[in-house]
Amino acid sequence: MRTVVAGLCGIAFGVGLALAGMTNPAKVLAFLDVFGRWDPTLAFVMAGALAVSAAGYRLAWRRPRAWLGDAFGIPTRRDLDGSLLAGAALFGVGWGLVGLCPGPALANLFRVSAEIGIFVAAMLAGVIGYRAFTWMRAQSAPRQLEGAAR
Amino acid sequence: MNGTETSFTPGAGLLGGALIGLASAALLLANGRIAGISGILGHAFGAARGDRGWRLAFLLGLPLGAWLATRVTGDAMGFAITADARVLVAAGLLVGVGTQLGSGCTSGHGVCGIARGSRRSIVATAIFMLGAAITVYVTRHLSGGTP
Repeated sequence: MRTVVAGLCGIAFGVGLALAGMTNPAKVLAFLDVFGRWDPTLAFVMAGALAVSAAGYRLAWRRPRAWLGDAFGIPTRRDLDGSLLAGAALFGVGWGLVGLCPGPALANLFRVSAEIGIFVAAMLAGVIGYRAFTWMRAQSAPRQLEGAAR
Repeated sequence: MNGTETSFTPGAGLLGGALIGLASAALLLANGRIAGISGILGHAFGAARGDRGWRLAFLLGLPLGAWLATRVTGDAMGFAITADARVLVAAGLLVGVGTQLGSGCTSGHGVCGIARGSRRSIVATAIFMLGAAITVYVTRHLSGGTP
């Protein structure tokens, strides 16, 4: 049941990305291009998404558990560490180079596009490479805790 | 400026955004999970057996949903990438490593994190938005020509 719900949520998320125009990298770059022919659409995407998800969080905070019985896996960290700041900066540069962040990159996999294939392959290499690196580091320092907030 | 000019579509933006928010809220309320794409993706590798299926189902839903939407709308929003292969590889690696190191991306920090008022997510979103805007400024207005 959890898998079915997650699949339906993924589909709805993908429909939302496509309707909003997030799946068009040119449109995302036009939003980021504040000094060019600026297209502010993405601000409206964020506003729509935040309004609905904030209402969802309010409902969730009143409940002890999720509908399907699991405890809520909500990040609790509040510290601003170097990893957060450096990671966000690296991600920002990559996002600005092409106009693809992880959701739209994966959503565009339905297209037979060499560009999407190359980008997603490189992105997966980055994800797996980072995971392998932290895993190896954790093996050599067993007590080190991994940043779990996501 | 081939394919880099787009039209302002606030109504479609709000509607698509609301659906993204609805999907995030549903995943949280039903499954108790944050709809952060980079987190769902990153933890799919090396996840415990019972923790992997929902992640793959969600990730597979993304292209399926986008495909369905473009079937209905006739791909109204279009699709254009002007970057060459080297830029695509560099950007993909930066997005992959950056989102794992920084514990989130546009969905996890930008939507779910800000929606619950997380200080980390507000700061991370400000940094990656600024970093992306500076990158676009440098590639489009300083180095002459689109990437």
